[in-house]
Amino acid sequence: MTEIPGTIAGATIEGPAGPARGYWSNVLRRLRRDRVAVVCIVILALILLAAIFAPLVAPGDPFRTSMLRRLRPIGTPGFPLGTDELGRDMLTRLVFGGRLSLFTGIVPVINAFVIGTFLGVFAGFSGGRTNMAIMRTIDVFYAFPSVLLAIAISGALGAGIFNSIVSLTIVFVPPIARVAESVTTQVRNLDFVDAARASGAGAFTIIRVHILGNVLGPVFVYATGLVSVSMILASGLSFLGLGTKPPEAEWGLMLNTLRTAIYAQPVVAALPGAMIFTVSICFNLFSDGLRSAMDVKL
Amino acid sequence: MSGQAEIGDIGGPAQPLLAVRGLYRHFPIRGGLFNRTTAVVQAVDGIDFDVHKGETLGIVGESGCGKSTTARLLVRLLDPDRGELVYDGLSVGTQDGLSLREMRRHVQMVFQDSFASLNPRLSIADSIAFGPRVHGVGDGEAMARARDLLARVGLAPDTFGPRYPHELSGGQRQRVNIARALALRPRLVILDEAVSALDKSVEAQVLNLLQDLKAEFGLTYVFISHDLNVVRYISDRVLVMYLGRIVEIGPVDRIYEAPRHPYTRALLSAMPSMDPDRRTSEAPISGDPPNPINPPPGCRFHTRCPFASEICQTRVPELAASPLAGDHLAACHMADPSSGHPQAGTAV
Amino acid sequence: MLQYFLKRVLYAIPIALGVSLVCFALVHVAPGDPLASVLPPDASLEMQQLMRTIYGFDRPLPVQFALWLWRAFVGDLGVSIATGRPVAGEVWHAFGNTFMLAALAAAFGFLVGGLLGLLAGYYRGGWIDRTASTLSIAGISVPHYWLGMVMAIVFSVQLNWLPATGAGPGGSAAWSWDWEHVRFLILPALTMSAIPLGIVARSMRALVGDILSQEFVEALRAKGLSERGIFAHILKNAAPTALAVMGLQLGYLLGGSILIETVFAWPGTGFLLGNAILQRDLPLLQGTILVLAMFFVILNLLVDVAQTWLDPRIKRA
Repeated sequence: MTEIPGTIAGATIEGPAGPARGYWSNVLRRLRRDRVAVVCIVILALILLAAIFAPLVAPGDPFRTSMLRRLRPIGTPGFPLGTDELGRDMLTRLVFGGRLSLFTGIVPVINAFVIGTFLGVFAGFSGGRTNMAIMRTIDVFYAFPSVLLAIAISGALGAGIFNSIVSLTIVFVPPIARVAESVTTQVRNLDFVDAARASGAGAFTIIRVHILGNVLGPVFVYATGLVSVSMILASGLSFLGLGTKPPEAEWGLMLNTLRTAIYAQPVVAALPGAMIFTVSICFNLFSDGLRSAMDVKL
Repeated sequence: MSGQAEIGDIGGPAQPLLAVRGLYRHFPIRGGLFNRTTAVVQAVDGIDFDVHKGETLGIVGESGCGKSTTARLLVRLLDPDRGELVYDGLSVGTQDGLSLREMRRHVQMVFQDSFASLNPRLSIADSIAFGPRVHGVGDGEAMARARDLLARVGLAPDTFGPRYPHELSGGQRQRVNIARALALRPRLVILDEAVSALDKSVEAQVLNLLQDLKAEFGLTYVFISHDLNVVRYISDRVLVMYLGRIVEIGPVDRIYEAPRHPYTRALLSAMPSMDPDRRTSEAPISGDPPNPINPPPGCRFHTRCPFASEICQTRVPELAASPLAGDHLAACHMADPSSGHPQAGTAV
Repeated sequence: MLQYFLKRVLYAIPIALGVSLVCFALVHVAPGDPLASVLPPDASLEMQQLMRTIYGFDRPLPVQFALWLWRAFVGDLGVSIATGRPVAGEVWHAFGNTFMLAALAAAFGFLVGGLLGLLAGYYRGGWIDRTASTLSIAGISVPHYWLGMVMAIVFSVQLNWLPATGAGPGGSAAWSWDWEHVRFLILPALTMSAIPLGIVARSMRALVGDILSQEFVEALRAKGLSERGIFAHILKNAAPTALAVMGLQLGYLLGGSILIETVFAWPGTGFLLGNAILQRDLPLLQGTILVLAMFFVILNLLVDVAQTWLDPRIKRA
């Protein structure tokens, strides 16, 4: 839309009619056109629903063992995806396993999103020494490779779902806080924040109305990409014996206990990992789609 | 009006709407191994002037002369290192004066970058209504005010109110910014290069709009620009800045017809003119302005001034009137007969 | 330049201190008496008392930290509970094995990933680009411990080409550069190379795309430079950033090798960590993590300095 030539100051400009589109409805429209992203969302939704309604969806009992039917191949009547090393139905355990795997993978990112955004926005908006103090502390945690930090904290705290979530939260706070801080600092220096200050608005109002609206989007996109890493790490901790404990069904743990079965039933043994891979790649592709739909530059 | 008591005029028409007294603002530059202050930019270095009620005061100067810092000091987006702002007789930001929050209702600003000065996530109407809401105006009332202002700046409220900044052209966005500045019903509006980024044809429309609004709302403008033609068109008085200091201030015709400071003359002679009779033979200014980090001592213009003498390198000239010039002040030793400058009193 | 270098070093010191503080804290956030981290569980009471005094566990925490830091600085990382041997020696030995693995994986991953990204960025939209994009997104998303299992299934179980676990024939500890030993290295190194491959390819593609969209490339084309010459310009411009990405990736490989080493029973730091976790051998855990994290800090510093050295724009600033 361009300025209509010849209008004088006193005349009113009538723009072309048509609905004004908010930012988010635009993003949604663009995302819907992205076929890859849509497929990924559908797959993720199916896996998530199956996990939530596992008792209704799964054909059997995830804990029922049988010494007689251990490590059956794929396609065994009654056990479409075979059985594991203790004779439990693989399909059932994969469906139930999604519960813990998705939970331990997604919750740390949600925690880190809340904590990291808070720290980053606070640091970015305060500037000066407060910013220095927060960001230098975060740099220390950033100086660890993420896998190492997760294993270090989990290893020290001991095995367990709670400890695994705590350690992964600590791993993901620094990167999210860094993104939030850098976006906040950029936004803070834009004229509309100065205009808001010149209107007499207080810091809290400016953050609520002008900063968060512009910071949450990019940080959210970044966080969706982290879910993929978090899934791999959470299952990895279980794989090392640091997360979920047997006989619980969890993809990483299942992968670990099936390691000895790679000679007898290689395909069955690889199934839990394929689930982690699927969820992880879908989150990554969804995140990419969201990023281009939002046109976010990180 | 809920939550908004109007302060009307206090001191009468003769009292300046805004008096600027000895304003300083320096920026430290940090560097080196331990982030020590290695240098200081003297962005605004002791300026005094008045803004009269109902006038448009133009501020001109090259880039880096401190115009924008001055604008931000006037609306207190920056705190001065030293100095005072007196709004209609009330000292700003002091106990028995005017609180900052109160002052902000009366003094508003329009920025150069029309896109950066609108929140991309807020609709146009919400952006305009933000200020009144902050000051406790109810939701319905704030929106009504936004719609009314949109109409007054020439944008149909139904079409433009719900739109977002990226859906508007530069000229339309700047109209929105003007409406936003007026939403608090200020008396003084600081326009910091407000039309500089617009196309020439759009610029003219917005300038006319500003003139209309000024008459309609009884506004006072401080109009900052590097464009001498625009300043001449819109201003009643003009203030010329050079490296953080005022070199000349006076009525627009006096400044443009009979400039007293060599810098103003150089600036004007560099200005393209359509009139062959107006072409000055004086050499336009040469070289870049000295670095504001280490401004020269004495008169800051002496490094580029064709009339510089010894006194100019050592003593800072006062901003003073001459008996003939009245309210036309210049900071030049040549304008002061007793300064000791060889050409004192001759050229001006 | 020298000032910039000094500034980076000065900046790295508080980070290194912070990192060691986190490592120190590991033992103290662990449930139970920190003394348990230096003593076998069956130690006598006098022994406990003696060790408490020697290790300073009866002193205030800041003093303990200073003592611990000083001991670590002079190479004393404590004694492994499980083996009774000094942690420093164990870590040193394992670190060599991990470094060998990581260096090989990095070399392969950087080479293939870099080349793939370069071609994908240059022939944007072509089949190479699509292949590279698919590979890189898969490389980023794949749980590498699972990839290791799949590799073992394919190349050891099905094809029987390469051994699935260990670092030498018959469990021999001594390493030598012959086929009998190197074949043990191939599967873990290939698996590990998937980690940087995806990210390097991705960054490289974006980098090349950025450079190609700049006006100076147009100018070079306009003045008649051959495509090969333009390619050289791209390489030169991409080098500093590519180097930074790769340096960080090498660090991630060293730190992230734990899962892959567990899958292939490769006797590196990751394997050491796995054992430390299994046996709750806290001194071993702490020591290994301290060494790996410090290496990462130093690597970051080196990457920074090298990047400055390669990029004339930073040099002058």
